[in-house]
Amino acid sequence: MSMNSSPPEQNADWTLVFACWLLASVATLGSLFFSEVMGHPPCVLCWYQRICMYPLVLILPAGLFPFDRNILRYALPLSLLGLLIAVFHLLLVAGYIPESIKPCVQGIPCTEVQIVWFGFVTIPLLSAASFLLISALLVLSHRRSPM
Amino acid sequence: MKRKAREVRQTGPVAPQQKSKGKQKQLFVFAVVFLLLVFAAGALVYKNQKANEAAQTYQRNKATFVREHSPVFGSPGAKVEIVEFLDPACETCKQFYPLVKKLMAANPERIRLYVRYAPFHNGSDQVVKILEAAHKQGKFWETLDAVFAAQASWAPNHRPQPQLVWNHIGGLGLDIARLNQDMNAPETERVIQQDLADAKTLNVTMTPEFFVNGRPLPSFGAEQLQELVRDALAAAY
Repeated sequence: MSMNSSPPEQNADWTLVFACWLLASVATLGSLFFSEVMGHPPCVLCWYQRICMYPLVLILPAGLFPFDRNILRYALPLSLLGLLIAVFHLLLVAGYIPESIKPCVQGIPCTEVQIVWFGFVTIPLLSAASFLLISALLVLSHRRSPM
Repeated sequence: MKRKAREVRQTGPVAPQQKSKGKQKQLFVFAVVFLLLVFAAGALVYKNQKANEAAQTYQRNKATFVREHSPVFGSPGAKVEIVEFLDPACETCKQFYPLVKKLMAANPERIRLYVRYAPFHNGSDQVVKILEAAHKQGKFWETLDAVFAAQASWAPNHRPQPQLVWNHIGGLGLDIARLNQDMNAPETERVIQQDLADAKTLNVTMTPEFFVNGRPLPSFGAEQLQELVRDALAAAY
């Protein structure tokens, strides 16, 4: 990847942000697969997480072409908020948060577990992992190249 | 950064930095195409698998699709059977209802329609109870017509208010005292629970859901339903 006229660190950072975009795109398409193809209706908390994830698919490329290390400033608030909601969702499903402050009353209960892979991977876990990875990679790409 | 790129462009047509950027763009475009293809292929494979599973269930265990208690319309000798899971409060169900009737009218004696209850809206189970009680009096289809026709007034904005339904079924000649009694009979509740359980087994999460001789819609839409019926007719007749 690295070329002599653009600093190699910058190419590495570009790759990190590109990886963030890949993660966000896979998460977006994955969630659309669950709801539109498999027919699992998304609960309220899932929608809030989608609100944080979907824009990343469009915002991150804006920071890739041309490469802008300040992309962190636009993308990190979304990924951190998404992470927060995903962790809340996980705690809710695990039962650590009492029913009374559950935000969804009607329709699809947020505590309903629709998919379990390998005995522990659920949709909110996938979401939390994606947001965490995206946030970490964004911070890493920003820290490595002081300008 | 931008200025730098401009300078490079001025010095030569194939500067190394531009080359690297071109590669990055290629990689990005490749990733977009790849992800979309994987999604489309996955969706196709999944739908196919589900359709085959449903067709197999239909052969092996037809009872999941059609129960003894299910209201049925059309000639007993018909070889094409449409099973429709519907919710009386669902707007799309109302819109599809005339279409199904039209399909049946266009192919007399060849199509049978079974209705299954899927009261997914809060409160529409009360309306289903009215329908089921009317079914006991042999007036299911008239009542369903009336309920759908007046849907906008008793279920505004997807908020069913079952008590309002009574205003619209007065002219059907129903025995109201008996209707009330049948509505609250444990048997009626059992019918609803059975239909909901079958809906779950058949992976019905949205209404209306159709099965034509056990085959679900490949994707939701009026044309898809027409096509499925056309294929089933062609196979049976």
